[in-house]
Amino acid sequence: MIDIIQQYWKAFLWTDGYHLSGLAVTMWLLVVSIAFGFCASIPLAIARVSRSKWLSRPVWLFSYVFRGTPLYIQLLFFYTGMYSLDIVRDVDILNHFFREGYNCTILAFGLNTCAYTTEIFAGAIKATPYGEIEAGRAYGMNKFTLYRRVIIPSALRRALPAYSNEVILMLHATTVAFTATVPDILKVARDVNAATYDSFDAFGLAALIYLCITFILVALFRKAESKWLAHLRPMKT
Amino acid sequence: MEKLVVKDLHKSYGSHEVLKGISLKAKAGDVISIIGSSGSGKSTFLRCINFLEKPNAGSISLGGEEISLQKNKQGELIPSDQKQLQTMRSKLAMVFQHFNLWGHMTVLENVIEAPIHVLGLSRDEAIARAEKYLRKVGLDAQAQAKYPAHMSGGQQQRVAIARALAMEPEVMLFDEPTSALDPELVGEVLKVMQTLAEEGRTMIVVTHEMGFARNVSNHVMFLHKGLVEEEGHPDEVFGNTKSERLKAFLSGSLK
Repeated sequence: MIDIIQQYWKAFLWTDGYHLSGLAVTMWLLVVSIAFGFCASIPLAIARVSRSKWLSRPVWLFSYVFRGTPLYIQLLFFYTGMYSLDIVRDVDILNHFFREGYNCTILAFGLNTCAYTTEIFAGAIKATPYGEIEAGRAYGMNKFTLYRRVIIPSALRRALPAYSNEVILMLHATTVAFTATVPDILKVARDVNAATYDSFDAFGLAALIYLCITFILVALFRKAESKWLAHLRPMKT
Repeated sequence: MEKLVVKDLHKSYGSHEVLKGISLKAKAGDVISIIGSSGSGKSTFLRCINFLEKPNAGSISLGGEEISLQKNKQGELIPSDQKQLQTMRSKLAMVFQHFNLWGHMTVLENVIEAPIHVLGLSRDEAIARAEKYLRKVGLDAQAQAKYPAHMSGGQQQRVAIARALAMEPEVMLFDEPTSALDPELVGEVLKVMQTLAEEGRTMIVVTHEMGFARNVSNHVMFLHKGLVEEEGHPDEVFGNTKSERLKAFLSGSLK
């Protein structure tokens, strides 16, 4: 165990000597895909609950496809599937984009978490107390102000517990990234296993790192909940 | 001059006509109570005034300016100019039966919200206004940081009244403001409303509180099945009741 730590701790945490690897890559994947998913899911969630079918149906289809298929297949599809198409190889930008494992991974992860986050936010928007929306209207708010000041802030707060769950699930889902040759924590653990045949220590160390990240994420979300969900808790006496 | 004029308002849900032509005129300082049994259309009438419900026919003017209307596919009237509607609504502050405070905002944030984001006041001006009106409804500085869910119904309704006052509206609309309150909390809200009436604010109040209608308002409308059955000065309406239905209604409500 000590030998493995001494020899591979750098690879597990940030670099294999040539490239970023391990924890740094996992966190990069997590943060970029979560950030993309969050930003894209707010307008999509608004469209999802829209009364116009032209808005809500396409979003429904998008989230149905991405929540209805395994992330692993989505990644294989973007990484190997897309590149087998002539059009992708012939168009310079597409060729450039899909040749890079990182790009395909972020694309798959971002769209996948975006689909789940959209559903979480859409549910929270639907649960906005109708009286609060009516009050906004009665005080002369236009649609944009009503969304920006009442509906979205209220919905995001309500969605926080479910959203924290999605972030932690996404952390664990990043382990399929090795498929696209992205050197995340699990990829390092597999390399260590192949080099030393010490499976217990190699995968045990990886599991410990994931456990630590989860611990920190849970603590951060608990902080966020105590700040933003104070209005839903019983009053402190 | 009349502040608010509502002419011949009709409203149907499908084939069921709930308002069959109701008119109202409010001069500055008028306090008009609208009474009637449930289903008489009184709340619907109030909600049509600021277009939370869409009337099917009629006209509404505020401060001499008539709201321009057009028919939608369902045959309801909708304001043709959203800007005009929003300006009009900001001058018609409403107090709801179930308070409808914004739950994720503190008391102070609730009161400064619309003055900042609808009227365009600066944050400092809005806070100064909010503090003034929160004091008026009897809430101290400690209450400002609380969330609505941590307050009693009577306190919440007083916050809602402060939120309405902070708009410095032309006319205040009250939709059964005490109906959702525990009996022992009704008094504190009515007292605030009485103070406002004495200050000369123009108020239209849908209420079940006959004491308030009789003692505070200067005009009472009794609605029955979508029509005004009887209206006039409260002394006249309560002291010399003409309509049999109103007599029956009043004997049922005792006060």
